Amino acid sequence: MSQSLKPYLTAVRHSLNVALCLQDFPSQVVERHNYPEIESKKTAEVLLNPMKISRNEKEYVLIEPSINSVRVSIKIKQSDEIENILVDKFTRFLTKRADNFFILRRVPVDGYDISFLVTNYHNESMLKNKLVDFVIEFMEDVDKEISEMKLFLNARARYVAEVYLNTFD
Amino acid sequence: MSQPIELNLSKVPIYDHCFFPDRSRVVITNGPDAQIFDLTDSSGKPRLVTTLHHHDKTVTALDVSIDGKIVTCSQDRNAVVWSPNADGTYSRPTLVLLRINRAATCVKWSPNGKKFAVGSSARVISVCYFEEENDWWISKHIKRPLKSTILSLDWHPNNVLLACSSTDMHVRVFSAYIKGIDSKPAPSIWGERLPFKTLCLDYSLGSWVHDVKFDPTAEFLGCVTHDGCVSIVYPGAEELEVSNVIKVKTPSLPFDTLIFATPSKIIAAGYDCHPVAIEGDAETGWNISYSIDDPTKKKHNNLENQSALDMFRRMDLKGSDSSASSKLLTVHQNTINVIRPFQSDASGNVLRFSTCGNDGKVVIFEV
Repeated sequence: MSQSLKPYLTAVRHSLNVALCLQDFPSQVVERHNYPEIESKKTAEVLLNPMKISRNEKEYVLIEPSINSVRVSIKIKQSDEIENILVDKFTRFLTKRADNFFILRRVPVDGYDISFLVTNYHNESMLKNKLVDFVIEFMEDVDKEISEMKLFLNARARYVAEVYLNTFD
Repeated sequence: MSQPIELNLSKVPIYDHCFFPDRSRVVITNGPDAQIFDLTDSSGKPRLVTTLHHHDKTVTALDVSIDGKIVTCSQDRNAVVWSPNADGTYSRPTLVLLRINRAATCVKWSPNGKKFAVGSSARVISVCYFEEENDWWISKHIKRPLKSTILSLDWHPNNVLLACSSTDMHVRVFSAYIKGIDSKPAPSIWGERLPFKTLCLDYSLGSWVHDVKFDPTAEFLGCVTHDGCVSIVYPGAEELEVSNVIKVKTPSLPFDTLIFATPSKIIAAGYDCHPVAIEGDAETGWNISYSIDDPTKKKHNNLENQSALDMFRRMDLKGSDSSASSKLLTVHQNTINVIRPFQSDASGNVLRFSTCGNDGKVVIFEV
């Protein structure tokens, strides 16, 4: 783990721990409804200030807490076009399967690659420390995975070029 | 100190629980129902006595009066009073006309059991009482100056004053005096003339106020807020004056609920899953004194999962071979929603209290 990753993940972990203090909150606006307040944003007093935690200008996390839901949006590191494509494919693969992921949001928040939406119901049926662990682990693994894929892609490209150019030998 | 008594009653979160005055039975919320459990069964396990089914949405709160009437309120905008039959069973629900158009969030019987108050997301408190001529529970509204969802209510021992806390960050005390039901209250620090709807105290604590309680002497209020503080509010002599506010900052996650064990001791619990005691008084200030069921004093018991079989089983089921258990070290495995006094001594000091949480447990702790 590099020098700057650890404090970054620690900051995200502590912020998530605090943000995930959720309770059931029926809607004040619509009769007999109960929806994540952070998504509707119609009741101003039950929203808390969003927190943005940056590791550098290319990698950051936005945590938007409210009384009954928290939205966590992650910007994954992308230093060149290959990584752009890889991240896009990777997040599309995940978001298409969002129904099986429970806390994954089908569409990421504008300007971010992937978003999670944790409601009080998730917090009631799952262990809070495991939810936080999952998000942190995801952030750790996704960088590793993308750089691995990039290496693999480069190696393959080199091999393909070699085979292709050999025919003109 | 003896071990806390742990009752696993439900698979879904328990939002509220209440013991009957004789402590033999407990009522809990269970999704859209309320359930009564008998704790004196010969098998030693809690036995389900009755399921009170009337609501079609989550039951958010319930309370038992001193004469055994149960009131439940739900997100379907209704409250229901269940009166006991002659043999102590419950089968007769009476719908209460709350006249609110949003979810009901909290409910409390007045100490004498003649009326109750329901807080709601409609920014209204309904004070309900029984009208003999119509054989009907009717309600009167307190609307102003409430601006957001009511999170908790608490009655003054004189059955007239009502404290409420809400997400608009204010804690307020109202008069809920109803002609013909209540006798005129004696003048106190909260005011002298108290017609219905009189605002006796209004103070902004700067954060959602999860719970509010009168202290046993009814001279001041204790509140827990979402910024992790416990606040003690002392009213002043003038109208609406606040003479002193003591904010106890704590290093823990926010508290959700509190009770006064004695006039100088608060027990609070919430998102940290274990209760904490806070002691003090107006002169010396208030401080955290100790925590009950402290996780820092316990250790994981890893002895039983040392075998190779267990290691491979973990790798197969969970994809990791770490033996760290995912269980919390506290008795409650999730947020504690409500604390209630369980047993008091002759002078009214609480000796034991009960808690219920999102993990579906009711636990009885010693103070």
